[in-house]
Amino acid sequence: MRIGVVTFPGSLDDVDARRAVRFAGAEPVALWHGDHDLQGVDAVVLPGGFSYGDYLRCGAISRFAPVMTEVVAAAEKGMPVLGICNGFQILCESHLLPGALIRNDHRKFICRDQRLRIENNATAWTNEYDAGAEITIVLKNGEGGFVADEATLDMLEGEGRVVARYVGANPNGSVRGIAGIANDRGNVVGLMPHPEHAVEDLTGPGTDGLAFFTSAIKALANV
Amino acid sequence: MPRVVVDVMLKPEILDPQGKAVQGALPRLGFEGISDVRQGKRFELEVDGELTDERLTEIHTIAETLLSNPVIEDFHVHAEPVEVTR
Repeated sequence: MRIGVVTFPGSLDDVDARRAVRFAGAEPVALWHGDHDLQGVDAVVLPGGFSYGDYLRCGAISRFAPVMTEVVAAAEKGMPVLGICNGFQILCESHLLPGALIRNDHRKFICRDQRLRIENNATAWTNEYDAGAEITIVLKNGEGGFVADEATLDMLEGEGRVVARYVGANPNGSVRGIAGIANDRGNVVGLMPHPEHAVEDLTGPGTDGLAFFTSAIKALANV
Repeated sequence: MPRVVVDVMLKPEILDPQGKAVQGALPRLGFEGISDVRQGKRFELEVDGELTDERLTEIHTIAETLLSNPVIEDFHVHAEPVEVTR
């Protein structure tokens, strides 16, 4: 099983994401934003960071990177794609996911361990969690406020496409406490907090994030 | 050389924390009576050659695909002769 991690100019968490892929038991493959090539990977992670310095809007320029043409095409055919933080922003800008992410309502960058509830454990990236599982992973963002119009929100809720919700105080003003969403097939997931920073006890708040990556491996094995 | 200006603003219903921060600073500086501030972006595009309807349509597409995110932002395109200085 080979899972690609795209590096854009300004990506920060690509190395941690590759490491998480390895910890989960798959082979991490470094992908480059400027290539029209996914190197035959089975799944793709768009990592966190500040691609293109967040110029224009977060993820707005990365969306047009050559590799994104391939990622969008593969995602539309069902390949598992996980966008974390800046990766989530890129997925929204790419229209693979609805809505958008705006500056935190309290205007401060936030960096802390965050409790989440897994609301949908049927996606390619959450099938290893129990339904309703509460997990703790890292949250670090300045523009993590998820917004969408009411009709879109009702559609997401109605179709069970809210993948994860913040537990406790809303950390960034996301509407309805939404931390992550999926596309209608459940192969594309965007998540604001960082599961790749919670894959071993030594360097994170625990190992609650690992199942995102083992889930993809399981989803691919079942194809 | 014609100049086309694209103004991009957050939709009215979208929270603008930056605008709120600016508004919050005004009373501290002694400026009263400003009930709201919204912050937007202005893009100035210098167009080679003549500004035809086709070029304006193309700039509309640029505004829609790259300069703004229609999910959260509105945009307004208008041509501005370069001779006009303010």
